[in-house]
Amino acid sequence: MRLTIPLVALIGGLALAVLAVLTLQRPPIHVEQDGYRGTGIQLISSPAATAAAFAINQAPEALPQNNAGPPAGSIYKNVQVLKNVPAGAFARIMVSMTQWVAPKQGCGYCHVSGNFASDAKYTKRVARRMIQMTIYTNAVWKSHVKNVGVTCYTCHRGNNNPQYVWFKSVEPPHATGLMATETGEARPSLAADGSALPYDPFTPFLVGKPKGGVNAMINTAGTTALPDGNRMSIQQTNWTYALMMNFATSLGVNCEFCHESRNFGSWSESTPKRVTAYYGLHMVRGLNNNYMVPLTATFAHNLLGPSGDVAKVDCSTCHQGLAKPLYGAQMAKAFPYLQGPATLADASPTSPAASGEADPAMITMTSAPAAAAPATAAPAPAPAGQAGK
Amino acid sequence: MAMLSFERKYRVRGGTLLGGDLFDFWVGPFYVGFFGVIGGFFTLLGTALIIWGAAIGPTWNIWQINIAPPDLSYGLGFAPLAHGGLWQIITICAVGSFSSWALREVEISRKLGIGLHVPAAFSVAIFAYVTLEVIRPLLMGAWGVGFPYGIMSHLDWVSNTGYNYINFEYNPMHMVAVTLFFTTTFALALHGSLVLAAINPAKGEVVKFTEHEDTFFRDFIGYSIGTLGIHRLGLFLALGAGFASAACILISGPFWTQGWPSWWGWWLHLPIWQFGGH
Repeated sequence: MRLTIPLVALIGGLALAVLAVLTLQRPPIHVEQDGYRGTGIQLISSPAATAAAFAINQAPEALPQNNAGPPAGSIYKNVQVLKNVPAGAFARIMVSMTQWVAPKQGCGYCHVSGNFASDAKYTKRVARRMIQMTIYTNAVWKSHVKNVGVTCYTCHRGNNNPQYVWFKSVEPPHATGLMATETGEARPSLAADGSALPYDPFTPFLVGKPKGGVNAMINTAGTTALPDGNRMSIQQTNWTYALMMNFATSLGVNCEFCHESRNFGSWSESTPKRVTAYYGLHMVRGLNNNYMVPLTATFAHNLLGPSGDVAKVDCSTCHQGLAKPLYGAQMAKAFPYLQGPATLADASPTSPAASGEADPAMITMTSAPAAAAPATAAPAPAPAGQAGK
Repeated sequence: MAMLSFERKYRVRGGTLLGGDLFDFWVGPFYVGFFGVIGGFFTLLGTALIIWGAAIGPTWNIWQINIAPPDLSYGLGFAPLAHGGLWQIITICAVGSFSSWALREVEISRKLGIGLHVPAAFSVAIFAYVTLEVIRPLLMGAWGVGFPYGIMSHLDWVSNTGYNYINFEYNPMHMVAVTLFFTTTFALALHGSLVLAAINPAKGEVVKFTEHEDTFFRDFIGYSIGTLGIHRLGLFLALGAGFASAACILISGPFWTQGWPSWWGWWLHLPIWQFGGH
């Protein structure tokens, strides 16, 4: 006994020390104040991790501007979206897209060799919708993308398929009813920082049109001191928590980046960034509902998820661990034809936030995005020829 | 001040650490000593500065009075009084008065010729405070990461600082600390009820002591830790709880900058899960 206790303590202490050295980080660290002093509203980061992220999050150099030549539609066949873009700028976009999306395969990744006008390859049909999606994002969701904007590279980063996408999770076989064991929780949720929260916080919030609107689903906290009529359950709160953890980890930030934790729901106590994030949530829903889901039948089957659904967008698709994608590099600025709003019929669509819901019906577009299969969809309005440089 | 007849013989001179015979006297029931004077000085000065801080602040509402640390931009330097300097001096006063209190306990223990267990135990509480307000700020490079002095404001800091790490309950040392806090109250409840049971027998029964207490737990769980052991265990649990609390906030920031759930990645990536079916 006299020896056992110190021995156990010694071995335990050594094991803890080894674990700590192997798994923890070490100073120096960087702290950034984001609120009144002493409130703990701050961002903490490790300079080593920041340096590593900085190295892999660099925007590629843009090709030199070239706006010479007649409209692309007048010299190339089957140009539907970019037909009014000068041939020089059109070629520049095509070459840039190759660098951004298919640097290894080249033009042949989307185009049939010898017949570039052919829509035979599904990749070309997808790419056309993706160009429209890029323009839509830059033009309609300025409230979220601001002056940073998006290009293909924001998500693709030189890959054929963006690395950070999500699919509907497939639940393992489990009992239901009174014997139910599966509540969508209690397994490590990669979506929620590896914690025991719902592992698919995307499907309920980021796609489809839930009854009552997605905002009401997220706002689980009561607004009165006493539990007076709020029927939200702990489990519903966990879904919100999982979604919010995904927001935070996708951006490499913590809860205080947007919220004062004293009252998460209070807008007046939140930081202005929460407004940007709010638009982001509804933008992502718009991109999934209007662009990704309608492309399900177009994609190659091996690119679909386990339940046959298409790859979908969440915050990490663009942000990839940073508060601003590519550290806020204004890549889209160098590609005026990918920016709109001249490329869309309605340059100032009603803000989707007005109703608290991104209802695509409120955003006037000449071709309803979800109306038809992309291969046969009517072309989006052509970019105006005079779009700036 | 009335004094019990036998108390007089324990109130002896000597055993002081500093000041010799200078403050070696009692005021009523209280031993003064050099550290009593120093402690009193820091306590009064610190309290006065808190009141001053409240006076130059926006409210006298006791719940909302807030004396906050400096902006992070001041780093480890001094800040103007109204911009966190008060917090800095109050922190010095607090550390000074807490330490004096512990050293006064040492002097009293020395006079009585008893061990230093009480000041050692209190030192763990001081260590937890110093960790929060001095050691962690030093490691993070700014006094501004310390907690503010105010009833609601320090709670706000606790909440926000917890959410700095997405979900603080995944902090491993926080788990240990919470476990030890609950175990402490559990052990105290078991011990307290057992002692009360032994000395409060049914009417007509004689008062019972150690042997009955030991036998109860041997019958119950096969083992009794014993009269001395239960107090060692109690002290270990309580100090462990305080120490683990200090450790859990010390590693948050200086030694971990992300959400605490992601720290458990090492566990999720252990090569043992392939044997579990999936």
